[in-house]
Amino acid sequence: MTAVAAESGAPAAPSLPSSPGPLVRARWAVSDTLTITRRNLLVWLRVPAFLVFTVVQPVMFVLLFRYVFGGAIPVPGEYVDFLIPGILVQTAAFATFGTAIALAQELKKGVIDRLRSMPMARSAVLAGRLVADTGRMLVTILIVTGVGYAVGFRFDNGVLPAILMIVLATVFGLAICCISAYTGLAIGDEESVQAFGLIWIFPITFLSSAFVPIPTMPGWLQAFANNQPVTYVIDTMRALARGGPVEASLWKSIAWLAGIFVVFLPLAVRAYRRAS
Amino acid sequence: MTQDGSGPAILVEGLVKSFGEVRALRGIDLSVPHGTVLGVLGPNGAGKTTAVRILTTLLRPDAGRALVEGHDVVREAAAVRRSIGLSGQSAAIQEELTGRENLEIIGRLYHLSWPHARSRAAELLKQFDLLDAADRAAKNFSGGMQRRLDLAASLVGQPQVLFLDEPTTGLDPRSRLGMWDIIRSLAAGGTTLLLTTQYLDEADELADEIVVIDRGLVIATGTAEELKGRVGGDVVEFTVPDRSRVADAVTAIGKVGEGEPNVDAETGVVGVGVGGRGSEALIEVVRGLDGAGVETRGLALRRPSLDDVFLALTGHAAEETEETGGRRGRASKKRASKNRASKKDAGRAAS
Ligand SMILES: Nc1ncnc2c1ncn2[C@@H]1O[C@H](COP(=O)(O)OP(=O)(O)OP(=O)(O)O)[C@@H](O)[C@H]1O
Ligand SMILES: [Mg+2]
Repeated sequence: MTAVAAESGAPAAPSLPSSPGPLVRARWAVSDTLTITRRNLLVWLRVPAFLVFTVVQPVMFVLLFRYVFGGAIPVPGEYVDFLIPGILVQTAAFATFGTAIALAQELKKGVIDRLRSMPMARSAVLAGRLVADTGRMLVTILIVTGVGYAVGFRFDNGVLPAILMIVLATVFGLAICCISAYTGLAIGDEESVQAFGLIWIFPITFLSSAFVPIPTMPGWLQAFANNQPVTYVIDTMRALARGGPVEASLWKSIAWLAGIFVVFLPLAVRAYRRAS
Repeated sequence: MTQDGSGPAILVEGLVKSFGEVRALRGIDLSVPHGTVLGVLGPNGAGKTTAVRILTTLLRPDAGRALVEGHDVVREAAAVRRSIGLSGQSAAIQEELTGRENLEIIGRLYHLSWPHARSRAAELLKQFDLLDAADRAAKNFSGGMQRRLDLAASLVGQPQVLFLDEPTTGLDPRSRLGMWDIIRSLAAGGTTLLLTTQYLDEADELADEIVVIDRGLVIATGTAEELKGRVGGDVVEFTVPDRSRVADAVTAIGKVGEGEPNVDAETGVVGVGVGGRGSEALIEVVRGLDGAGVETRGLALRRPSLDDVFLALTGHAAEETEETGGRRGRASKKRASKNRASKKDAGRAAS
């Protein structure tokens, strides 16, 4: 070990230019984001258990609601067609637990400190996290859609609306990802982050039109369920998948999602900058 | 040096940082010349990590300023980041990835090309004796290996100034010596180093200059020798195996020491401060004991340890501020008792 010779840490001229111009910086921001994305996806692939659970959990929900609860829930049309958009949105929301936990862990282990002390793009850690987790989410959404098909779900409305439905689910997931990233960085402790995630992700997904028609809920609950973004997004997705009026719920969804991005993306960025 | 040579590698003036009510730094000044090693020594909660985090642009100071390679850590953070490396208090590596992948990713984030990032990673793995394990997931590494990987990661960008926050905390003695070797060779290679430690012997071993901080203040600066000198000179120490003769021994050496000898009746260890009269005093002690016919063991003249120094400077042992968390484990308990043993010496020496 004494052979860690002079070359290792010698103050040789660093290979970095001293003050990169804006173009170079923009290129670095992209390449740094891709590097972080790649790293996060590699980590995901290296933990088979995580891989399995992110897919198995929604598949179990599909089977449970399709074959156990579904028969008892009266909906217009087939329950499975009602169910799958709801499951997809829930899958996307639950997937963001991973975002919050990973960021909290990186914070605690000092990984974020290391990256922030390096001359890399400041935006890359967060951007790479969001890109990787959204990619991960999209894979899960596609798998669950496939499982949905296997148990009887059908797109009755053509290819383009079907693609739009998947896109909407993913954009919704990305918005929730921003909230989770913010909570992960702001809370910074793995267990607390997980507990906190349950407190808000469970209610917003279950107290929506995801699994049951809202008119079956008590009045006070309807007031919440009818006016929250998860319901708008699911209603839009159902309309896209099965046909029917899309516009009203689509605009409300877009407004909500835009609002979430506008509020939580800057909050997450700020939490990252201040992370300690 | 790639620098113009003017000014120190690290300059810190009046650094203040509070976290709410907690005043972590209360006005710290430091200056580290190029190519030297500064040891920042302090107990838990002294403010070591806070200082390192400010110097590595992770935290903004409330007041004061800090320059690294001439660049202000707040206003020219990007320039500072290009010249530093940081190995933090815990190993900041991606445990699911292999050692090689960890280093390659860091290389890419330093904007090395893929081939360059690969060769740099291979080079560092070799230097840090990690080649055999290079393609295993880092979570299967031993603590010492993780620490080495973490240090290797901080060197990917060939920093001129390297910050090491407690680089050996939690390592077994052998890994610790290995880490010391690495740090020495980095220093020999000309890297400016700032390392924090709670281990007094570590600072003594590695640092050109030591800054002792306690509760957010610098309480002493100097070389290990200078600091030891401040305790008030040498100590003659011996053990009297026959406890009943301890009193005779004390009488026999009565006039040699400066002040009262320090006696531990339980162990039979007698110590006496002799100022700068070292060997002369040693001979007088031997004559006195011989004359009284007292048998002794382990008679020696010793320089005061840095433990003595800490005690003399702060009036409390380095471990007394430790919080309840058992992070430092057995080693610290052993050292704590050592401190208590030398407390009396230092108290006397200071008077
Ligand atoms: N982010 C923070 N928020 C609140 N208090 C903090 C924060 N960071 C540090 N402190 C407090 O500031 C003081 C100095 O902490 P610091 O981590 O700098 O000490 P240290 O010398 O590195 O200690 P250790 O040997 O335990 O690592 C402590 O009282 C600590 O609790
Ligand atoms: Mg610390």
